[in-house]
Amino acid sequence: MSQKILLDKINIPGIKTYDVYRANGGYASVEKALKTLTPDEVVEEVKTSGLRGRGGAGFPAGMKWSFIDKKSGKPRHLVCNADESEPGTFKDRYLMEFIPHLLIEGMITSSYALGANLSYIYIRGEYMWIYKILEKAINEAKAAGFLGKNILGSGYDLDLYVHCGAGAYICGEETALIESLEGKRGNPRIKPPFPAISGLWSNPTVVNNVETIAAVPWIVNNSGADYAKIGIGRSTGTKLISASGHIKNPGVYEIEMGLSVYEFMNSDEYLGGMSSDRPLKAFVPGGSSVPVLPAHLIFKTANGEDRLMTYESLSDGGFATGSMLGSGGFIVYNDTACIVRNTWNFSRFYHHESCGQCSPCREGTGWMEKVLNRIENGYGREEDIDLLLSIQSKIEGNTICPLGDAAAWPVAAAIRHFRDEFEYHIRFPEKIKNRDHFVAEPFEKVKHLVAKELV
Amino acid sequence: MERTHHKQEINITETLMNRINELISYYPEDKRKSALLPVLHEVQDAHENWLSIELMDKVAEIIQIKPIEVYEVVSFYTMYNQRPIGKYMFEFCQTSPCCLNGVEDLMDYTCEKLGVKVGEPTVDGLFEVRGVECLGACGYAPIMQLGDFYKEHLTKEKVDQLIEDCKNDIIILHDK
Repeated sequence: MSQKILLDKINIPGIKTYDVYRANGGYASVEKALKTLTPDEVVEEVKTSGLRGRGGAGFPAGMKWSFIDKKSGKPRHLVCNADESEPGTFKDRYLMEFIPHLLIEGMITSSYALGANLSYIYIRGEYMWIYKILEKAINEAKAAGFLGKNILGSGYDLDLYVHCGAGAYICGEETALIESLEGKRGNPRIKPPFPAISGLWSNPTVVNNVETIAAVPWIVNNSGADYAKIGIGRSTGTKLISASGHIKNPGVYEIEMGLSVYEFMNSDEYLGGMSSDRPLKAFVPGGSSVPVLPAHLIFKTANGEDRLMTYESLSDGGFATGSMLGSGGFIVYNDTACIVRNTWNFSRFYHHESCGQCSPCREGTGWMEKVLNRIENGYGREEDIDLLLSIQSKIEGNTICPLGDAAAWPVAAAIRHFRDEFEYHIRFPEKIKNRDHFVAEPFEKVKHLVAKELV
Repeated sequence: MERTHHKQEINITETLMNRINELISYYPEDKRKSALLPVLHEVQDAHENWLSIELMDKVAEIIQIKPIEVYEVVSFYTMYNQRPIGKYMFEFCQTSPCCLNGVEDLMDYTCEKLGVKVGEPTVDGLFEVRGVECLGACGYAPIMQLGDFYKEHLTKEKVDQLIEDCKNDIIILHDK
């Protein structure tokens, strides 16, 4: 069994309530921080821990905190990003639904470290029942004296509220989230200035993912150095992985960084292998935005080393042969899945979710969706594959926020690793008319047709 | 959209107004606009799940912002409806992980059973089927959202049961 620091108490009956959470050591980090540590000392612990942003980007959390502008004297804010919307990702929801006080505790301790007196949890509108759970938890914490004025007699004040979105993936981008929290459309802002200087209502603001904030209590209770002992290299601590697709045991798992992908996929403690006797075809390790990898690059890197669940190992080989840990949205495909259909599906998602501010993304995501749609439905043209590569390369890097990259990468990766499958769709349209075309006749069985064409 | 043809009765009850004021109090006094998204959710829930221009104007008046500031938000976010929708809106997640678990077949089945196309309410206004993007429940696929809640690990039998429960008026849409 690997060490659990986020979900270790999740199965205790009643842990959703303040009383049970408190009786099991909850809110100890608030007491420790407010009574024995200065805010800067808390920041130092988090820096030492090596904790990296768990929303997808993996930026060191302590460093992000240290950028917050304390000189201007403006009010500061901590905003928790609970706008979990990356396809394949459902980990934050699990944590908030079943152990909400862990997030509230993390918010209090982290807000203290940043000197924030007014903080928010921005939750996606679809998670309305969790909004209610968090509101209740906040009220309980307030009644117990952990929120409000002069918390635990320390002189530190904090008000914490939940704010709900209304259905927009883009609001997971931190500046779009801030716009949305200000009651506007979720259009990302041009950076700089970064939120740490000018964020919510132009005040210095830090935006952190749910899982990042939830790791702070353990770090404060134990130490940053202890946290850094878990994991490998610059991938310290534990990570929540939400697994879906063609596997035996879909769900949310807390793993120690450094677990091998092979063990995660096949051990009964985790995913338990494939859901049927159909073989593994591909996987997406970190949510729909990261490159898809074919079976031969999943358990071993291109160098033949074991692929591990770390930021570094999953990206080993760059985009040519690697991918990214991203948000930990782990999607597994067996050979009944169609890569073209899946890529079209993701492109439709990004087209739908593009905010429309930047032309390359607004137009390009729509073009990619259309081209992929016609290939998947048997109307593809020979030049479409290069056309897709051309469009995606013109979106990548040419937009205000990373949604453009997120839309471009999966298309490029799918063509990079599965080009013959695209060619098959274009050359044998009559064979892919049915949307379940690979169920009866997996690509491995018809692959030779494409090869023959090329000769 | 021909939304201007639809009339909506506006009723901001005292309970609703109290909740709106509570939501506004979560933000600094000069930042009332920040409450817009949560207030729109509450107002929409209390008005058969849609927002007419008149209702949006009312929200603008309450929050003390210009009507255009409400319209631009309502038209941006997918959860706000600008026309009357089916009372029971079956919102199936149609992003990849749900597709791997058969959501497309399930949507076809539901539409056929209700005799509708995606995005068209039933004649009695009771049901509507919509495809939405990732709801964050990929491990419990296929899933749909119904009101404030998710219905997970769906099967044809479960859809049949849900339709029955809706007809018998025993489905809770909002937890108030």
